[in-house]
Amino acid sequence: MSNKDAHWEKTRSHMFVTLALWFFFSIVIFMFGSELNTMSFLGYPLAYYMTAQGSLLAFVIILFWCTGKQESIDEEFGYAEREED
Amino acid sequence: MFKGGFIQNLPKIYGLYTGGFAVFIILMAVAESAGVSAKNIGVMFVVFTVGIYAFIGYLSRTVQVDAYYVAGRQVPTVFNGMATAADWMSGASFVALAGGVYFGGYTYMAFLVGWTGGYVLVATLLAPYLRKFGCYTVPDFIGTRYGGNLVRACSVFVLFIASFTYVTAQINATGTIASRALGIPFELGVWIGLISILICSMLGGMRAVTWTQVAQYIVLIVAYLLPVFWISSKVGGGVFPHLMLGDEVARLGELEQQFGLVKNSAADMKAAGVPGGLKYISGPHSAVPDGGMAVWKYLSLAICMMVGTASLPHILMRYFTTPSVKSARRSVAWSLFFIFLLYSSAPMLATLSKLSLMDPNLATGIIGKSIADVQAIEWVQRWSEVKQVFIADFNGDGMLQLNEFFMRGDVVVLATPEVAGLPFVISGLVFAGGMAAAMSTADGLVLAISNALSHDIYYKIIDPKADTAKRLIVARVLLVIIGAAGAYIASFRLTSILGSVAWAFDFAMSGLFFPLVLGVWWKRATREGAIAGILAGISSGLVYLLYVYPKFSVAIWGVAHDPWLGIDHLRFGMIGAPICLVTMVVVSLMTKEPDAATQKMVDDCRIPSGKAVLGKQH
Repeated sequence: MSNKDAHWEKTRSHMFVTLALWFFFSIVIFMFGSELNTMSFLGYPLAYYMTAQGSLLAFVIILFWCTGKQESIDEEFGYAEREED
Repeated sequence: MFKGGFIQNLPKIYGLYTGGFAVFIILMAVAESAGVSAKNIGVMFVVFTVGIYAFIGYLSRTVQVDAYYVAGRQVPTVFNGMATAADWMSGASFVALAGGVYFGGYTYMAFLVGWTGGYVLVATLLAPYLRKFGCYTVPDFIGTRYGGNLVRACSVFVLFIASFTYVTAQINATGTIASRALGIPFELGVWIGLISILICSMLGGMRAVTWTQVAQYIVLIVAYLLPVFWISSKVGGGVFPHLMLGDEVARLGELEQQFGLVKNSAADMKAAGVPGGLKYISGPHSAVPDGGMAVWKYLSLAICMMVGTASLPHILMRYFTTPSVKSARRSVAWSLFFIFLLYSSAPMLATLSKLSLMDPNLATGIIGKSIADVQAIEWVQRWSEVKQVFIADFNGDGMLQLNEFFMRGDVVVLATPEVAGLPFVISGLVFAGGMAAAMSTADGLVLAISNALSHDIYYKIIDPKADTAKRLIVARVLLVIIGAAGAYIASFRLTSILGSVAWAFDFAMSGLFFPLVLGVWWKRATREGAIAGILAGISSGLVYLLYVYPKFSVAIWGVAHDPWLGIDHLRFGMIGAPICLVTMVVVSLMTKEPDAATQKMVDDCRIPSGKAVLGKQH
């Protein structure tokens, strides 16, 4: 497998992992809204907390993690950009 | 003081600007205590901030094509994040989001998840690859990847429908805020708003819009967060409301039980003469509604908003302006962070403002009090006069019930500082913030439309030999025409017919999401597949909208139809996008594989390093 294909394969599996996390925080937990709301977090009902703040925060964290990881993948295959381009 | 170029000095420049704005707020506070009227303070806030945006717009004028279309591709990561956040957060987000949460509670908050979660799709599926491609506009990518004028024109068509639906609402919001703050008629406010928008964008295109959007973000985030934190500590919600409102949310649940959540009949509301657009609390704040349908409605709305976010051209094109692929990706994360600051505060503002009106133990509480007393309150009178607040007495007991108090959603943001007894300088600041939010989004949208028309239709299809000067003249003329058309429609208040800004997301999702994503992620996607997919997606979405939206379906079929599987007019992308995907895949597989040059182009855009696929000047 060429360097290019190996890079793309790794990029693609990273994309699937990121989207799986995204799917969990945007879809899966809200499938169980009523159940989650019986639990509490910081004094808020959990499902309320997630839709008001928790999932939003999760997306921010996922994105910073995802960009960092992708940058190291690019680095690994020698595709990192030079700063002065 | 300023060594080095403009870009190196950006943190200093915007630092000074923020400091200057803080000084201005303090000066206004001093002026207020010296007896300057509330109205004049509002005027000064709007005039001062809009004046600064216009000045930035003038300083950023340019005669270069790549500065005009993509800000010279030198916008640093974090600044691009701020500009995108301003581009993203519309007048509606600013003034209506908290109101939506106030009335809709948990169910409405699907919008919050949708409007933030979409950025994960932008960062993983699109932004870095489109940046590597080196296009000027979103249709530029589709036109080059699939090849040919027809597919380019189809994508411009979708862009136009989606963005134009959105822009009239923004110009409308600009006009509303300008008219309220300056005390002028709405129609005049719309045109003043348009002129401010054009001054910011016409001379410098994307470059000017970028630097004004950063300035607008700073104003709007200060204007949103300052009142939230102030009100919270004032009404005893704690100094950091985001982490400390658990008890208040629980208390709202108790109050709902105590007062009872009653649905008014349409006949009652009509008989009482409730003005259009006003709402009352009929759903729970934090409780999750029961049943599979409620879950499906929540999820389908969130999906439409997320996928729509990832297909809206005025957002995607912001990531064409960064210096590298890496910084495009990183700036998506920053954008979401800056958006998060406002979006996570909206439910807190809604909670505080709801509690201060509902809790009988608080001095500001009005529910459960006698109607005569409530009608004597100053802010109730002021907002009733302009038909933003309405009180009915359905059961005739002289006491105000929860279902008898009506309010427009915008009032939550615009009046809460006043209700909580904050000085008027805060209300003036909120006007300036709302104006900044509406202007920045309108700027981005008008530019997205006129750039697509000038670059993709005029330059790429009609006159490929046009020189730089001519291209930029055409771009500017189109900018003025699009802006004027939007303002013209807004000034007739036809926006009520255009329905919701959510439609823009559904249109974009129906016609653009899969052609964009498959263009990067599936080499086998062909031109014929893309054309068929775009047309099938947008037309099925549009037909379903006509079918399901009562105003349209009554006009066409004479009857209102029930939504199919709960997919109403806010969610019609759930019909369009899957049809687009299936059509695109089937037609692509039936037609000949793209040629080697196209496949190489896709390969190149997947690798972050190296030259852009399209040349610097194209």
